[in-house]
Amino acid sequence: MELILTPEEEAFRQEVRAFVTAEVPEELRRKTMTGFRLSKEEHVTWQKKLFEKGWVAPGWPVEHGGTGWTPMEKHLFEEECAAAGAPPVIAFGVTMVAPVIMAFGNDAQKDYYLPRILRSDDWWCQGYSEPGSGSDLASLRTKAVLTGDHYVVNGQKTWTSLAQHANLMFCLTRTSDTGKRQEGITFLLIDMEQPGVIVQPIKTIDGSTEINNVFLEDVKVPVANRVGEEDKGWTYAKYLLGHERTSIAAVGRSKAQLKRLKTIASVEIQEGKPLIEDQNFMDKIATIEIDLLSLESLVLRVLSDESSGKGPGPEASFLKIRGTEVQQGITELLVEAVGNYAHPYVPEAMQSGWNEDPIGPEHAASIAPHYFNWRKASIYGGSNEIQKNIIAKAVLGF
Amino acid sequence: MSFAFTDDQKLLAESADRFIQNDYTFEARRKNMEMDGGFNRAAWAQFAELGWLALAIPEANGGLGGSTGDAAVLLESLGRGLVVEPYHSTVVLGAGAVEAAGSIAQKNEILPEVAAGKRLLALAHVEPRARFTLNHVETSAIKDGGGYILNGEKAIVHNAETADTLIVSARVSGATTDHDGVTLFLVDPAAKGVTLRSYPTIDGLRASEVTLEAVQVGGEAILGTLGGAMPVIEAVVDRACVLLCAEAAGAMDAAVILTVKYMKTREQFGRPIGTFQVLQHRAVEMLGAKDFSRALTYRAASVVDVAGPRERSRAVSAAKVEMGRSGKKIGQEGVQLHGGMGMTDDMAIGHYFKRLTMIDMLFGNTDHHLRRFARLG
Repeated sequence: MELILTPEEEAFRQEVRAFVTAEVPEELRRKTMTGFRLSKEEHVTWQKKLFEKGWVAPGWPVEHGGTGWTPMEKHLFEEECAAAGAPPVIAFGVTMVAPVIMAFGNDAQKDYYLPRILRSDDWWCQGYSEPGSGSDLASLRTKAVLTGDHYVVNGQKTWTSLAQHANLMFCLTRTSDTGKRQEGITFLLIDMEQPGVIVQPIKTIDGSTEINNVFLEDVKVPVANRVGEEDKGWTYAKYLLGHERTSIAAVGRSKAQLKRLKTIASVEIQEGKPLIEDQNFMDKIATIEIDLLSLESLVLRVLSDESSGKGPGPEASFLKIRGTEVQQGITELLVEAVGNYAHPYVPEAMQSGWNEDPIGPEHAASIAPHYFNWRKASIYGGSNEIQKNIIAKAVLGF
Repeated sequence: MSFAFTDDQKLLAESADRFIQNDYTFEARRKNMEMDGGFNRAAWAQFAELGWLALAIPEANGGLGGSTGDAAVLLESLGRGLVVEPYHSTVVLGAGAVEAAGSIAQKNEILPEVAAGKRLLALAHVEPRARFTLNHVETSAIKDGGGYILNGEKAIVHNAETADTLIVSARVSGATTDHDGVTLFLVDPAAKGVTLRSYPTIDGLRASEVTLEAVQVGGEAILGTLGGAMPVIEAVVDRACVLLCAEAAGAMDAAVILTVKYMKTREQFGRPIGTFQVLQHRAVEMLGAKDFSRALTYRAASVVDVAGPRERSRAVSAAKVEMGRSGKKIGQEGVQLHGGMGMTDDMAIGHYFKRLTMIDMLFGNTDHHLRRFARLG
């Protein structure tokens, strides 16, 4: 089901399409579409192109470098980028820490960090989870002690995505143990390139190492790098999570992946005919496509509420739940679609510079790792069970 | 495409919700159901007075010229009250068919009367052996001088017994499931050869099995093009599906609210059952089911007014699938979370469950629409 667009919206879509089609090289497009791992350089190069065009941060207010687009235009932009195989803009800077700095940071922080985020000069990572603090995030124990004009930070963060690329971390630290747990947390911006910061990769079930343990040992953080007030970090962290949930739905990406699923299912042959003509498989695809259409409809509704002044309410948690269910559902059907050739696991084939012939059809190479990797989606960003707790409390009033 | 409600739509929803809350309580509905014909004619007159019957009828025919989205807003509110008055039969299906197929004279005669609450209609299209195949029409229309003679059976014709005019589909040519050859006729239910076997439905409405035995109609009874009714019926039924989904959205919303309220008051093991996380999450899933179904329904409502048949049907099927599975989840879970009380006729939750289930079973259930969606993809 296509969106019904005004002539202006259609012209906007064509403008975006022309840009991304021209600017995303074929090799990059193929890698993004098939879930191959991109290098830091590939990400940064693309984000700098978007910056030059003025399109790297559509969600930002215009005065900070946003685009001033309508919700529909933002949505079309996402969709066109995904369809053209543009790498997603890494969320940690543009969509996660930036809104917090805008809302709660001081002028010096805004002036310094926001332009650097726009230009992709820094690579941010998120220091939230700890070994003992996953869903129960407020139990975090990484300690920050104020000593003169700086904090001394000790502790361990974990599941830190792409920390190996990062030079900055926004980090939740404990500055007080008295009172409610939520009230003793402080939001610090930490320079990763200093003694005492040790990044140790964690290998995941798909064989990749995109997440890390980050050990912080007597790390010095100037007071100037504290966002907002001491002990008020929980409020800022929650604000960030609310912002994350509309983008985490990733409707455009799922649309592109669904299209890929249909393409693969139409060349995979089962009992003498294309898999896509198998009634059972057809039903599965249709089911997930409808899930995706209602997700898209609700995203657009939430975005239009947002543009009319209401921030994303706790209902946005539904977008995170359904969005990740759809993403995972598609990866699952992709595995089913390739059948036998889900088996081979050749990690080198998913890296830059691999030139050998694929084992089995080329489209099968990364499908199983991608499926296993994507189980993360219902766990991160507040697990889907936590999202239900949020709705139960904030919407249903339990 | 806008996903925000207009100010007019917000006002309409407010006034319709207020009406349901004050004047259409669960007890009032029960009384209305027991009235002659299964609904309250005074309430119908009030609907007319409020402009609800005129809402989606063209301005040229005494209506307000509202969009399907506007009608959806009203139906959502009516769904909260499980309204039993014949809105779908008369306004959505009946007037919808007249508007889509009728001559200027037919429109001028019928539509203003519908808008004023003075004429009731029913669409007699579905047949006993048709299941969900819309173009399955066995009823025959044989030319007889300037008119036609109708023979056949029509199934589950909602509100036929109170209709002033039946709109009957019959085949003038072709085999049983041919797309071509179907014609709509305006039939007086009192005409010789029309027999109604009327009964209550499980969800509190009234319907009839309609038998046509050598029913004579004149040439002026033809509604639309001879043999060319299927595209009209498909469009009218598609639009009706969206508005049934809108009604379901209201019913689902009410069912979720009732269930959550019950969970906060019902105590077991010394505390409200709503304090148990396993039950909270089930209530959350009910709410999500409603939100997604509703969002897709309003999207489909904006598609049906502008899109071609393929795109229209695909949008409608997607909405009907989402409504079918959401309605089932909310109905079943709503009763379950009410425990034994949910099984009693005295509690509203079971009545929402029944209506939601029967909306799924009308004009194609979830599986039917899933297949149609896939086929059109």
